[in-house]
Amino acid sequence: MRCDDVIEVLSHVAEGVEPADPGVRAHVEACLRCQAELVQYRKLLKALHHLRTDVLEPAPGVLTGILANLEAAGERGAIRSMLAGRRAAYAGGIAVATLAAGAAGAIVLANRGRRKVRLAG
Amino acid sequence: MTAEQADLLAAAKTGDRSAFDELVRATYAEAFTLAYRLTGNEEDARDVVQEAYLRAYKGIRRFRGDAAFSTWLYRITANCAATYLGKRTKARHEDIEEQTSLADERPEVDPAQRADLADERRRLTEALGQLPPDMRAVVVLRDVYDLPHEAIAAELGISEGAAKVRLHRARRKLRERLFPLRGEGGEEAAHAV
Repeated sequence: MRCDDVIEVLSHVAEGVEPADPGVRAHVEACLRCQAELVQYRKLLKALHHLRTDVLEPAPGVLTGILANLEAAGERGAIRSMLAGRRAAYAGGIAVATLAAGAAGAIVLANRGRRKVRLAG
Repeated sequence: MTAEQADLLAAAKTGDRSAFDELVRATYAEAFTLAYRLTGNEEDARDVVQEAYLRAYKGIRRFRGDAAFSTWLYRITANCAATYLGKRTKARHEDIEEQTSLADERPEVDPAQRADLADERRRLTEALGQLPPDMRAVVVLRDVYDLPHEAIAAELGISEGAAKVRLHRARRKLRERLFPLRGEGGEEAAHAV
């Protein structure tokens, strides 16, 4: 195995999550250049990991902005559900009116039919 | 997660807005820090973190608690940042001088050691800021925030294999910037991490 092959996996080896391929391990044990790179990757990963504890202090407006955005979304949601409720009421009213009109029409037609039968009789 | 946060989370899941607001207060600095690291500037970080909390609020009932709340929030933030950076057309402001100091100001650390640490973090932050956003995202999510490859791939909309390749390239660039070859970096080499 050559340095060029090993170099592609060195950062993952430094992470130590996956076991290193025996060929890679054998090469690194014998190669000073790859050993040096491995050490550098380990230092880099350690330094990156330490950044996790560095929490920035956001400007005061950040929290206010998040809460205001949530508030606005809540209001939009309330308006939407109110409109949806009204829409449902309108649709229900129209449906009831249509049903009533249909029923009335059916009664009228039925009555006319009966009259025709009587006249014919 | 603290017991208090667990209670707030349980209340927020039932639709309690004030409990969710408290959760925001307890976690927004960390979410903002992640957004800042992903976007590279404060203005974009503000937009990303606002969108992230909005999505979190809308989706909190679906949060099953398989992972920590912070991990769930990091995933949402990463997804929002990826979407935001993908859409963004305005010029990026990456002036390192404008970045907030990440120096460790804890008094228990020896001043000389603190100066070294501050310098190390400044150089690392600077190197991270110079990475292209897609590379910076994978290295920040994996190596700083410890997200699994699978989650990173899902939130960035790429395959797990692509995420690993991108991660290796990002680490390699960082290593080359922080540990220049002898003779090439001069003073830089002497101050390597």
